[in-house]
Amino acid sequence: MSVDTKPAAATPKHSGGQSGSMMRKTGDWARRAPLLPALIFMIVVTQLPFVVTLITSFMDWNAYYPDERGFAGIDNFRRVLTDANTRSAIWVTILLTVGVVLISLVLGLMIALLLDRKFRGRGIVRTMMITPFLVVPVAAALLWKHALYNPSYGLFNGLLKGVFGENAPQPDWISNQPLWSIIFALVWQWTPFMMLILLAGLQSRPLDVIEAAGIDGASQWDIFRYMTLPHLRQYLELSALLGSIYVVQNFDAVFTITSGGLGTANLPYTIYQTFYTAHDYGRASAAGVIVVIGTILIATFALRSVSSLFREETGR
Amino acid sequence: MSGQVTIVTGKKNRGGGFALTGLAWVVGLLFVMPVLWMLLTSFHTEEDAAKNPPDFGAPLSLGGYKEFFATGPWPSLANSLTASVLSTALVILLAFPAAYALSIRPVRKWTDVLFFFLSTKMLPVVAGLLPIYLFAQSVGFLDNIWLLIILYTSMNLPIAVWMLRSFLSEVPTEILEAASVDGASLTRTLRSVVAPVVTPGIASAALICFIFSWNELLFARVLTGTVAQTAPVFLTGFVTSQGLFLAKVCAASIVVSLPVLIAGFAAQDKLVQGLSLGAVK
Repeated sequence: MSVDTKPAAATPKHSGGQSGSMMRKTGDWARRAPLLPALIFMIVVTQLPFVVTLITSFMDWNAYYPDERGFAGIDNFRRVLTDANTRSAIWVTILLTVGVVLISLVLGLMIALLLDRKFRGRGIVRTMMITPFLVVPVAAALLWKHALYNPSYGLFNGLLKGVFGENAPQPDWISNQPLWSIIFALVWQWTPFMMLILLAGLQSRPLDVIEAAGIDGASQWDIFRYMTLPHLRQYLELSALLGSIYVVQNFDAVFTITSGGLGTANLPYTIYQTFYTAHDYGRASAAGVIVVIGTILIATFALRSVSSLFREETGR
Repeated sequence: MSGQVTIVTGKKNRGGGFALTGLAWVVGLLFVMPVLWMLLTSFHTEEDAAKNPPDFGAPLSLGGYKEFFATGPWPSLANSLTASVLSTALVILLAFPAAYALSIRPVRKWTDVLFFFLSTKMLPVVAGLLPIYLFAQSVGFLDNIWLLIILYTSMNLPIAVWMLRSFLSEVPTEILEAASVDGASLTRTLRSVVAPVVTPGIASAALICFIFSWNELLFARVLTGTVAQTAPVFLTGFVTSQGLFLAKVCAASIVVSLPVLIAGFAAQDKLVQGLSLGAVK
């Protein structure tokens, strides 16, 4: 399924007349030929399965009861949407995505501003900053769950005891705040991502204009508010969009840190369970279709804004 | 990263500058600290690793690594390497000509095609998982590394197409015209004129594709078993034993993350280009 975006970028004009002439047609196919392998591959591998999912979502199909396979109408959708678990999963997915993307975007912006100065050891600080993003997500989740959050030997409680002595509070972080535990672990991984894109955005500012504004007596805040921020807007949008694409689908952290327990099961995890553990194929597919519809709604808006970043360099 | 930007009026207050520098260092250390802690713990004995409060100066030991390698991680590491390298190669092979047809000699409605590619990235992986599983099951393709290679290729192809297109659109047209005047064929033009100019773009795309394939868990978890299991799946099945295992888990996490850490550190700038789909160079 493709998202209809109608990007505002101008379509290049083709020289020459309409499709009537043979030459023109051969030319078109010569142009298309290099594109076709990738395009066909993507359609077969990503679109066909989704069509099957769409069909399955209207079917009664549980692998445990193979005889009862048949047409179910909108039953699966009704069951999915009235199910408290799914509704909680939808809510968790929204909270998780918005929480992680917003917090890492704000932190990423502040750190990018900090790193957008010359200072001793800047390269080292930048390298330290991107390290979390380079830890394999499952490993990062294990690290947070066992080495940091664990109530009896995790670093957080260890530091509490080290600082406040034997009577220091020793909270069970994950049980107390399961969703925030996941959000923090993910913010730690995604802030570097946001920071890298925003830092690159900051460094692409037209310096002469900013210098001129400084000479003209504009304050630091004015320069940030009226020059830097508008310039950064498209970079903010791009990093938010890309971050959302990945965080919405997060499976690793939920699977590893809480196994979807304590009310932290998001949609990917719920669908994984419905299909992998409960083998209710019809219902898993209906949930999948709902996720896709939700994603299309968000993506249609998001893609529009991203196309603006690429619009400038599309003229050829 | 070019363009060393200094805040223009920054010279006025030296003290503020030092404070900001200090803050930057503190933030950097905070972010890297969990990884350093993981590294240190991986070299402790299980008894020392489980101490509370932590014993930072405990004697170093290779026990965690020995125990990890004793659990037989090599096949899964080899599978991860195979899946990541082959899918990355396949991605570049497919994406490069496609990017050419979307930039240098664009097809009609090329923007629609470009956004079609990106929109497939927004299609949640879970929505296609079931049919892929059923299909693989019916043709006996489950637990086969080639299934992962194909899926990782589809996962990363849109990223590579976007990135390479963005690089290719910077190839100066004069070079291409000169090549076509000389009567060079399409393949020759691609290989000897375009490729050298966009090699940095190919490197960025390959780096990102490699990292994303290496990290992938959901497909690998559902579609592989004992034979084609990848390193992230191996990691998830790792913490089953009761008793002390923290040093072992940290050692395992370090080993599995090492290829990505090395690749990412070695090519930090490529990382930025890749993450921004080539929008930032």
